[in-house]
Amino acid sequence: MMRRVPWALLVFLAAFSVPALASRFYTFLANDVIIWALFATSLNLLVGYTGLVSFGHAAYFGIGAYTTGILMKKLGLPFLLAFPAAGVFAGACALVFGFFCVRLTRIYFAMLTLAFAQIVWAICFKWNEVTGGEQGMPEIPYPSFDWVDRVATILPFVGGYRTSDYYYFTSLILVGVCLWLLRRIVHSPFGRMLTTIRENAERAEFIGVNVRRYELAAFVLAGGFAGLAGGIFGIFNRGVFPDFAYWTKSSEVLIMTLLGGMGTFYGPAVGALVLLWLNQQIVSYTEYWPLVLGVILVLLLFVFPGGIVGALSDLWRRLDRRRRHA
Amino acid sequence: MLEVRGLSKSFAGFQAVGDVSFTVAQGSISSIIGPNGAGKTTLFNLITGHLPADAGQVVFKGRDVTGIAPHDLCRLGMGRSFQRTNIFPRLTVFENIQAAFVSHRGRGWNLLTPVARLYREETETLLDAVGLLGQAEEISGFLSHGGQKQLELGIALALEPEILLLDEPTAGMSATETRESIALIERLTHERRLTLLFTEHDMEVVFSISRRITVLHQGRVIADGTPDEVRRDPEVRRVYLGEKHR
Repeated sequence: MMRRVPWALLVFLAAFSVPALASRFYTFLANDVIIWALFATSLNLLVGYTGLVSFGHAAYFGIGAYTTGILMKKLGLPFLLAFPAAGVFAGACALVFGFFCVRLTRIYFAMLTLAFAQIVWAICFKWNEVTGGEQGMPEIPYPSFDWVDRVATILPFVGGYRTSDYYYFTSLILVGVCLWLLRRIVHSPFGRMLTTIRENAERAEFIGVNVRRYELAAFVLAGGFAGLAGGIFGIFNRGVFPDFAYWTKSSEVLIMTLLGGMGTFYGPAVGALVLLWLNQQIVSYTEYWPLVLGVILVLLLFVFPGGIVGALSDLWRRLDRRRRHA
Repeated sequence: MLEVRGLSKSFAGFQAVGDVSFTVAQGSISSIIGPNGAGKTTLFNLITGHLPADAGQVVFKGRDVTGIAPHDLCRLGMGRSFQRTNIFPRLTVFENIQAAFVSHRGRGWNLLTPVARLYREETETLLDAVGLLGQAEEISGFLSHGGQKQLELGIALALEPEILLLDEPTAGMSATETRESIALIERLTHERRLTLLFTEHDMEVVFSISRRITVLHQGRVIADGTPDEVRRDPEVRRVYLGEKHR
């Protein structure tokens, strides 16, 4: 039997070498992509695995970003505490909101997630003393990388990068760990129970699955990981702003998930990569990015309902079959 | 084993099930028959907690289980299948059964170990028993109608029920498929010492394997007894058998 190619590891290593091989701009783009990849993958736990379409996933991304931002800027806490706090607090909010959301189904569920997200956005927008209101919270400090210099005296090759590069490495490791955890979760017995709910909630009840409780757990996990993504993003963005929690962000991450393909684990990450790269390419030619985005969506829904990864794996399967028949 | 007392349910003023009572003895094979719209499926949904009853009680193993959630009933040992085939269509045949084992044995809250290796042996044994071992890796939604019904039976059996409620297990099957599947159900019921309660439209099936038959008409019980008693009942002959066997 042929050994399987460790694609995830290869991609991770390639991503790790971006600052050394490419310009500062590409490091910036790569950092953006990996954060959104985590955000979209967390959403896919709901959309792709549990069959719950959330229109308000940005709420937890925003909550995570504000949590880390406030803890680091206003309270001067280290990143090591502020980062997990983003996940915990976003997860806690998801527990409260989700408690109500999972009582509804389909479009009502989606609309309630949107309503909660708009409440979060309104709080961020108006609560000046804590969130900085409309102006947001600029100048979130980077985590301290002083220790790198000390390490560099022993291992010289780790030294000599910019702070933003070190932050990129940090993000990459954290995102890598989060994706690894999410991957374990979707392939666990718990993940299988979620897919039975997606496939047939009525039947799932009658194999003994407490559907609401599992849905709530998925909602909390998805919210928590979105919060972690937000925590990383606030610092990367050098500031936290109310629009992180706005509904357009929720729709962006949903489009990424669909574009990449919600049927597969890495689909949403591919969607994040493609959408951010396209956006970057296209805005330098035209100001009509939303138009292009609209066309992409229409194509997606009619021609590739499985997203990019879905279409590619279909193609692969077809080629494979032809090869075997030949 | 199962006792239903005065169960009633109305939908917007229409009485779908009215004051229905009957008992199912342990280890017996009982059936509920009645013309279309007699309220058989509603009655099933009331018993299994999918619908809240307006009045009445369901007593299972001496315990009042009226109105408790389906997932809790399932843990107490009640398994059911559905009239409209009810499987997890985009999972493989194997995964369908395996999921039932995972859930039933309380492993569903395990977040970090891979699911793939769990309950392989149990799943394969059960797939063999319902005759689907050869199709284990197929996507279950692509199985034939009969195959999906077999799979549904398998899912129900994975929950190690004491009583099995089957809602029209042979709906939409050809005569041959019906015969095979009834033979399978009968064999498994005996092997696993199950109590079986089912609804069915095929009279031949009902009278051949049931020990007790309850006849519903317009939501009410009009007869309840052994196949012979029911066959002789004048009321049943008039509203039901008369219509079918002219």
